[in-house]
Amino acid sequence: MTATITPTSPTPVEPQTPWSTSRTSRVRSLSILLTAAIVAAIVVLFTGVAGIDGWAVTFFGLSLVIAVARTAKIGPKERKDALMRVVITSAAVAAFVPWVSIFGAVIFRGYSGARINYFTQDMRTTVPDDFLEYGGALHAIVGSLLMVAIATVITLPLGILSGIYLTEVRGRLTFLVRFVVQSMSGVPSIVAGLFIYTTYVYSTQSFSALAGSLALAVLMLPTVARTAEEVLKLVPEDLRSAGYALGARQWRTALMVVIPTVRSGLTTAAILGVARVIGETAPLLLTSLSNTTLRFNPVDGPIASLPTYIFGYLQIGTEFAIARAWTGSLVLLVIVLFLFTLARRFGGKDKR
Amino acid sequence: MTDISSTSGTATAEAPVFAGLETRGAHAWFGKHHALADISLKFPVCTVTGLIGPSGCGKSTFIRLLNRMHEFIPGAAMAGEVLHNGRDVYDPSVDAADVRLKIGMVFQKPNPFPAMTIRENVLSGIKLAHLKRANHDDIVETCLTRAGLWKEVKDRLGASGGSLSGGQQQRLCIARSLAVEPEVLLMDEPCSALDPGSTLRIEETIKELAEKITVVIVTHNMQQASRVSDFCAFFLTDGGPGYLVEADSTRKIFTNPTDPRTADYVQGKFG
Repeated sequence: MTATITPTSPTPVEPQTPWSTSRTSRVRSLSILLTAAIVAAIVVLFTGVAGIDGWAVTFFGLSLVIAVARTAKIGPKERKDALMRVVITSAAVAAFVPWVSIFGAVIFRGYSGARINYFTQDMRTTVPDDFLEYGGALHAIVGSLLMVAIATVITLPLGILSGIYLTEVRGRLTFLVRFVVQSMSGVPSIVAGLFIYTTYVYSTQSFSALAGSLALAVLMLPTVARTAEEVLKLVPEDLRSAGYALGARQWRTALMVVIPTVRSGLTTAAILGVARVIGETAPLLLTSLSNTTLRFNPVDGPIASLPTYIFGYLQIGTEFAIARAWTGSLVLLVIVLFLFTLARRFGGKDKR
Repeated sequence: MTDISSTSGTATAEAPVFAGLETRGAHAWFGKHHALADISLKFPVCTVTGLIGPSGCGKSTFIRLLNRMHEFIPGAAMAGEVLHNGRDVYDPSVDAADVRLKIGMVFQKPNPFPAMTIRENVLSGIKLAHLKRANHDDIVETCLTRAGLWKEVKDRLGASGGSLSGGQQQRLCIARSLAVEPEVLLMDEPCSALDPGSTLRIEETIKELAEKITVVIVTHNMQQASRVSDFCAFFLTDGGPGYLVEADSTRKIFTNPTDPRTADYVQGKFG
């Protein structure tokens, strides 16, 4: 007896996802959630519970009650599952709230103070409380970029080299170097500023962009070195062996095989280092201070940067000065976001 | 224990210096673990020697001892001599990088450099070892042809080495090893991760290579050992360090071995 396979007539088939929740049940859940939100709002309006926080607490309580009610007939496991889902979602939303409110405030207040001249003029002929159509923060933007650029030039080779020492050379000082790098990342930023103040600024008797860069480099080095080490650790041992088996010496293998393999990861290390220091204020107050004139020379006296600009104008405290500070915050935020986006793009390439 | 060279007509027994690769009483340790004991073998020029034996008997350790890759493992130690053209490669005056330049290696897992193109991969050894070579195009074509890969990749030499299939990657690694013109090529289970078709291509490659260089190949595949090798060395371990049971011409090992354990192993009774 032989089994036969009979071809069935071809019927048109539509792709389906039987595992996902149906549309009707999703609409029902959403409408229940909406009702709970409205009920919570009514409670806030007509009882002693008040404010946005009162509404949030009421809404949270109602969601718990609804979760229990909806699973009452199904079973205790499902009830536990529904309750945990409400708690976890609420926690995620609660963590999101401060982030959104900070971003919202900076974007809204920063944008309302932004004028085109903010990016093209400095403050040499403008008093802080002048109308926003006069003066700008070009000198602070340039100062920040200048100092961060110099700090990167100093830090990047040092950071990558120490990463190579920790992963490739693995010399006798490995433990000590790793320990120092790790404890350096815990140094308060003002200490870095004080260090450069007592050494460089005190001996030259002058605040300068170079002094600021040195302080930033001290803070940047641990981030870059540690990230570089982590990235270099990802290079498979196979590739090093292949290099050695071809008759290459260790430094040639590191330079031509290991580093090119993680080029994008090392770029990420540099960008993370920049993002770490671009918002630093305290060390710059002791090293580069601030000024009102656009300046490119790194050893020509005090120079403004975005953080010290924000700090200074907030301290002045008048309406337009504060508006200028908010716009400075927005510019800083945009620069940092831009850098992190870059880091994500370059970092993502390594994983392929 | 039979010496390989004793059955080899090509070896120059009377000459004061044995041309080729030779070990004398070689031992290897990983920390306190004695992995390999007292291996004396000769690998005559332009022959293929297969190292066979069950897992953990020290074949890979032995092959890594031959071109000083063993010392990269922390805690590694060795004893005895490894002579290449009569000179001990572990002599303090010998540079390990020069040893590895003369005695190349192909690994179990294909490991082309991912950040380089196919062409750059082939030429990588020349750049890594600072060799002066003109006509890079010729080297690329010759090495890829010898590794049996030229026809498949000649139109996409600029593609990444990682874009090739596993078998092609392994042949690229062989081509890369050939570009620095080694005198000996060590292969540590080069086909264990490959499909039968790629394995066949690499075996053909090995036979062609043996016309010009000495090949030492570790393999778990008995058919492969019998197909490609001129000589075979059978390793074994009884729980302690791995040792050499028998070394002879491949035909003798597979048809009429001296030691009954060798017969059992090549017939697939254990291991």
